[in-house]
Amino acid sequence: MAGVRARQLAFRTFHWTVLAVFSVLLAFPFYWMLITSFKRTGDLYDLRNNPFVFNQKPTLEHLRLLVNETLFLRWLGNTAFAGLVVVAITLLLAVPAAYALARLTGRWGGRIGIAIFLTYLVPPTLLFIPLSRIVAWLNLQDTLWAVIVVYPSFTIPFSTWLLMGFFKSIPPELEDAAMVDGLTRFQAFLKLVIPISLSGILTVVIFTFTLVTQGFVYALTFISSASHQTVGVGVPIYLVRGDVYYWGSLMAACLIASLPIAVLYNLFLDRFIAGFTVGSVK
Amino acid sequence: MAVVQTRGLTKLFAKGQVGAVVDVDLESREGEFLVLLGPSGSGKTTLLRMIAGLEEPTSGEIWIGGVLVNDLTPRQRRIAMVFQSYALYPHLTVLGNIEFPLKARRMPKEERRRKAQWAADLLGIGRLLGRKPRELSGGERQRVALARAIVREPSLFLLDEPLSNLDAKLRASAREELEQFQKKIGTTTIYVTHDQVEAMAMGDRVVVMNQGAVRQIGTPADVYDEPQDTFVAAFLGSPPMNLLEAAGVIVGFRPEHFHPSAALPADEPVLKLAFRAKHEEYLGAERILYGVLEGGPFDGEKAVARMSSTLAARFAPDVVHDFAVAKKDLKFFDREKETRTEPRALA
Repeated sequence: MAGVRARQLAFRTFHWTVLAVFSVLLAFPFYWMLITSFKRTGDLYDLRNNPFVFNQKPTLEHLRLLVNETLFLRWLGNTAFAGLVVVAITLLLAVPAAYALARLTGRWGGRIGIAIFLTYLVPPTLLFIPLSRIVAWLNLQDTLWAVIVVYPSFTIPFSTWLLMGFFKSIPPELEDAAMVDGLTRFQAFLKLVIPISLSGILTVVIFTFTLVTQGFVYALTFISSASHQTVGVGVPIYLVRGDVYYWGSLMAACLIASLPIAVLYNLFLDRFIAGFTVGSVK
Repeated sequence: MAVVQTRGLTKLFAKGQVGAVVDVDLESREGEFLVLLGPSGSGKTTLLRMIAGLEEPTSGEIWIGGVLVNDLTPRQRRIAMVFQSYALYPHLTVLGNIEFPLKARRMPKEERRRKAQWAADLLGIGRLLGRKPRELSGGERQRVALARAIVREPSLFLLDEPLSNLDAKLRASAREELEQFQKKIGTTTIYVTHDQVEAMAMGDRVVVMNQGAVRQIGTPADVYDEPQDTFVAAFLGSPPMNLLEAAGVIVGFRPEHFHPSAALPADEPVLKLAFRAKHEEYLGAERILYGVLEGGPFDGEKAVARMSSTLAARFAPDVVHDFAVAKKDLKFFDREKETRTEPRALA
């Protein structure tokens, strides 16, 4: 009896230690961003200070600088807009493509799926030169639309591949049943396949949106004016001037840009994990 | 209620795929329970899926209730189908599943509720309406699938091995229930199975299929007692019919018709056979005796006898016993065509 209880206790301690270590590891960047955003510059640069706490009174100066003297809010808006449009384009193309590949093309479906996925593996650093020609040809230089047309070129292959796994895990008999029950194939797809694959679709939405907010190379090369920038490029360009880093404002910008995504991830965590494991595990 | 008719119905697949259907002419009767029986790959499921409209025939016609339905989609055929996996919609509750076909037909909500309740009560699943399919047992899932199928009162019921996912014990009771249920609602039903016990027990008539073709259509007694060819003779019955070759014909007799001579009435015309017993299986209610025939027309051929355990006689292994088959129980098949022929005298 005592042995069993001791083992349980040991297991619990281990369990909680692991959890605690990871929690600290993951929460620390947010804490760091938070206190840096409100520390006075003098406090930040004084090496004798304890860096983990406020040594002087907190200030809103960095936030003021970020909001009033840069186009941060504009960049946020741009990013959200580009993100939503790219998500829409990706879903519109990847969902039907994945369904078609999973269901209708027989043994070629899988091979074409892999071929499409492979294009996702070509790094942006190789692609941005040819793509800049295309952007110029489309006359979209220095507009937000430049990144909006370019991002789907790699969000769609990845999303198609991910969703294929999802659709393959849905037994075809379900769609047969729906068709016998009175739906057309397309209705069965809308009313049955999509609701059942909601985890996968949500995964695609979050993945795509995150990619757009993080995107750097394309936004940097295709967009030059400040008013058209996204957060990922605008912040490092305008808050790092020569060798002067506006640490407080930088951290505030990062915190504000990353919090919504972090919250979104946490809300849909279970579905998200299901999204990445279905198809591969099953 | 509707009668299903197929004329020269054929489905050919690309090379290497099983389940083709070749030139099937079939006609159900009003309110009948018609069973399609055959080994796996015999095309019975393909035939059912063509009737449902889920598979397009290569050639031939399908008529349901006097209407040519070849070009109609599944939803236009007014049929209901229960699938092997039940195909319940996992994201909907039991109620959602049962209402689904009504919703697809844009039935008003109140009427939908009322009908779903009626179907659920009919199958005794009223208390499960709020659950999701994953929270149900195999038997409950099957009932939900049936409720979903009957809720819109279809003209034709198609069932694809609906009992094969249940464990053996549950299967027997579910079989009986399903049979009673069909009698109660009286809808023409086509039922696919590879299980001959199911087919014999439930079918008004049985369609025996092999390699895409219909081999025989008849009542369970017809196909069992009067098989039209050696395939039907060998496929039905466990153990199957003894099929022995002699004098240019194939002679068949059921193991249960192969008795010790003493057990047959003296005035019955019989074919006497010397039977060397090899080994015996005791199955509780019955005994199966395996052995080899000696002398006579079938010298050296293997045969099986099946008798009630209540029979007192013992059959020592490796000893020759006097066995016999009543002449009326002998079936004759053409050696080349393997179809039934007239009885003839054996040397």
